[in-house]
Amino acid sequence: MNGEELLHVMAQEQERARRFRHHLHVCTGTACQALNSESIAQALEVAAKAQGKQGEVSVKCVGCPGLCSLGPLVEVHSFVNGDHERSLYQFVRPEDASEIISHLDGEPVERLVTPLDQPFFTRQLKIVLENCGEIDPERIEDYIARGGYQALMKVLTEMTPSEVIDEITRSGLRGRGGAGFPTGLKWATVAKADPRRYPTYVPPGIQSQKFVICNGDEGDPGAFMDRSVMEGDPHRVLEGMIIAGYAVGANQGYIYVRAEYPLAVKRLRTAIRQAQRAGLLGNNIAGTAFSFNIDIRLGAGAFVCGEETALIASIEGGRGLPRPRPPYPAEYGLWGCPTLINNVETLANIAPIINKGASWFASIGTAKSKGTKVFALTGQVKNTGLIEVPMGITLREIVFDIGGGIPNGHKFKAVQTGGPSGGCIPEQYLDTPVDYESLTALGSIMGSGGLIVMDDSTDMVEVARFFMDFCMEESCGKCIPCRAGTAQIHHILTKFQTGRATERDLKLLEELCDVVKHASLCGLGQSAPNPVLSTLRYFRHEYEAKLRRDGAGYGYANGAAKERVTHS
Amino acid sequence: MVGSVSVKASQQGKVSAAVLNDKRYKLLEATMRRYGYQGHALIEALHTAQEAFGYLDDLTLRYIAQQLRLPYSKVYGVATFYNYFTLKPQGAHVCVVCLGTACYIKGARSLLDAVAERFGIKSGGTTPDGSLSLLTARCFGSCALAPVVTLDGELIGKVEPEQLLQRLQGLAQVAPSKEATQ
Amino acid sequence: MSVVTLTINGQDVSARDDATVLQAAREAGIHIPVLCYLEGLSAVGACRLCLVEVAGVNRLLPACTTRVQEGMEVHTDTPRLQTYRRHIIELLFAERNHVCAVCVANGNCELQSLAIEVGMDHVRYDYVFPSLGMDLTHERFGLDHNRCILCTRCVRACDEIEGAHTLDVLGRGAKARIVTDLNMPWGESPTCTSCGKCAMACPTGAIFKQGSTVAEMVHHPEKLAFLKTARERREWRV
Repeated sequence: MNGEELLHVMAQEQERARRFRHHLHVCTGTACQALNSESIAQALEVAAKAQGKQGEVSVKCVGCPGLCSLGPLVEVHSFVNGDHERSLYQFVRPEDASEIISHLDGEPVERLVTPLDQPFFTRQLKIVLENCGEIDPERIEDYIARGGYQALMKVLTEMTPSEVIDEITRSGLRGRGGAGFPTGLKWATVAKADPRRYPTYVPPGIQSQKFVICNGDEGDPGAFMDRSVMEGDPHRVLEGMIIAGYAVGANQGYIYVRAEYPLAVKRLRTAIRQAQRAGLLGNNIAGTAFSFNIDIRLGAGAFVCGEETALIASIEGGRGLPRPRPPYPAEYGLWGCPTLINNVETLANIAPIINKGASWFASIGTAKSKGTKVFALTGQVKNTGLIEVPMGITLREIVFDIGGGIPNGHKFKAVQTGGPSGGCIPEQYLDTPVDYESLTALGSIMGSGGLIVMDDSTDMVEVARFFMDFCMEESCGKCIPCRAGTAQIHHILTKFQTGRATERDLKLLEELCDVVKHASLCGLGQSAPNPVLSTLRYFRHEYEAKLRRDGAGYGYANGAAKERVTHS
Repeated sequence: MVGSVSVKASQQGKVSAAVLNDKRYKLLEATMRRYGYQGHALIEALHTAQEAFGYLDDLTLRYIAQQLRLPYSKVYGVATFYNYFTLKPQGAHVCVVCLGTACYIKGARSLLDAVAERFGIKSGGTTPDGSLSLLTARCFGSCALAPVVTLDGELIGKVEPEQLLQRLQGLAQVAPSKEATQ
Repeated sequence: MSVVTLTINGQDVSARDDATVLQAAREAGIHIPVLCYLEGLSAVGACRLCLVEVAGVNRLLPACTTRVQEGMEVHTDTPRLQTYRRHIIELLFAERNHVCAVCVANGNCELQSLAIEVGMDHVRYDYVFPSLGMDLTHERFGLDHNRCILCTRCVRACDEIEGAHTLDVLGRGAKARIVTDLNMPWGESPTCTSCGKCAMACPTGAIFKQGSTVAEMVHHPEKLAFLKTARERREWRV
């Protein structure tokens, strides 16, 4: 497909859409699908036919519109006399289908409708998620109809690779995977890197001297942003990758997805096939000299593979062990070649930046953190689901306006950001703007975007222990501070929870956290103590209240049965 | 250290031709062929094998190692590194309880304890009659439905312990273990 | 190839530009403790004992994998590094069952020497006391997981020098363990050549010669470097 054909498909699709007066969007993200939303879509089509409205009603399965706690969701777009009216139905069951269809030309079904003017929707700003909930992720035409692949066409026909990198640099986009490294700088480093500087071992059959990897190994428990993007708008991820490949001079890309996301894998595979058939992926894309292929690689349940050097080891078919950096993957990555690794959300930002320009993107957000951030809002909060907000919004706005506050008459206690690598932020810092630097200053991190709200019934030592249990299980075991240190931190926290911890343990806990944080090999170990350090910083009294004052309580317990006294 | 392979099996050379007529081996073969029998196909091959056989037994690991010309110990190391792979056969029904943060805060632990108590199995275990396996997962990314479990691959959200036990009882072959009911 | 100059602990040092900080320090006679590093094998930067401070870098860097740079200012023995090293050694002692008094490598053990070097008079952590077995099925060598520190020197020696790759690591985290082939008894391994390079490489009493008793097992890690130069450069540096 070239630019003209792309515009043709776009016009055709828009024309096709105009034939219907009512567009019903049924969410088929993982959460709604689990609640049987596909049968709702079928029931709606049956009902439309039964009421003789098949010519004016189009039913579409779409990606996640965000408000998962009210699912299954059905959104209705009605175009009557040039007016566009929207209504959103919550908790829809297949039995509700005929009622919804019969009310299409009148007032919406009152018992199912949920207001669209609530802060959950009005406070959001959607860039990455603009198509989620609007397009059928299994149809490339739907993506094209909303301007998809226009950015790729512009890049291939009007821009040089260095102009693309300039544009991304000027936009101020930073990596959305957690650390917030400037994306433009990373691209420029890979573009400049000499593929002959280090010995390479590219297997036969793979034709590329540099690689682009999309990191979709969303391992943080409580985070599902990348899953929703891959499920709801897979072509946007592909488009971002192809543009990245063109900019850095790579001809092969890999998407590393968790095997726990079967729907995302399926939709990405479909999207790759469709893009290849349309000539937007593969050899001589859109008739230009540029060729780029994308392969999917499945993760297999190892959190550490979110770390870039471990991810590379995993794609190479080995144990996901990280290695010391430098050299960074930008110079020495997959099979020894310069490799660009970007997170799903980062790549999903590329097409809009190219389409609307760097200065548009840079106008959103704060001085150092540009654009928007997608968060998975979960925990003890009324509205759970997926949200996209401009950088610089306060945590209070997220928790109380968008999230609707704490349910069941409880009080807010803390919000946890960054998953097992992040920290807990207490009430007094709720007015902190959300950006990379502010969260780091509070002892947490932006992370990939999990936001877990905790109410006053939460035991913070237990929270720290939960995350340490996670890090201990997920430690790859290569370096000693992380392998043995996380296990010892977990053991000390268990002593707190079983009433056996002493002052000495508290002191040792703090010392050990410092060792693990600074001596570990990779990001997993270096950030593993954060949940403990942040709860020690803000909720130290909870630790102290659990101390045993009589000095007894030594011994390593693996469960209650195994307790021994040692001579230390 | 007790090895899981008998002396006889270890002295055996190549995997016999008989197994190659097994349709499941053909699937595995197709995956390895797609990657040109390169070593980097190892994880993809393990995925295919686990999907086809339900778990990874010694014969399968040996076969993959030979076809990809990889050291046995490396194949074993990779298969045991990743949580997704299992070297033990699973029960007829598999219940996976998510222990992600959101599920944890919303009471996933009590789900796990309830199933463990009723059926007398621990996480990672299978009932003696092989009818049910209980596993845990880190996060299914369906946190809005917390707590979630999957039952034979089907996701169930906002689940209560009683409700889950009823579902499990409903699966015909699953019966409570004797110890637990006594 | 060119030569760069740097300072290590205030001392001026010159080194080839492709040398690591560890190599430069060793040539200048400056000691940096290591466990997972062994001359002749690839460096993996896993034990974290050789971490050094480099002026202008806010992270600690492993000397074994960090290349020297012109004007680099390295400190190898600051109080902070000493604290970390002691913690790391203590973590190792608490992690598995290291009982020097009954160990074949007593007196010839790198872990033991390092404990003395960092001044470890006691272990502040609770001992884990894991229940680990040993493999005595091989006719010439034994493998005792209780004394293994997972430095992977044996794995690398078996793969990089001998080429058999009989050994690897199974599992992950604290549950990781050295494995022979498909987790079969070592004595039944179809790939092991009984060359003994793993026993030469082992820094503790985890891999030992059958029949050796307390304090009798002497490893010969230097032979691996000898083999490497002999094989690759055809130079026999005896």
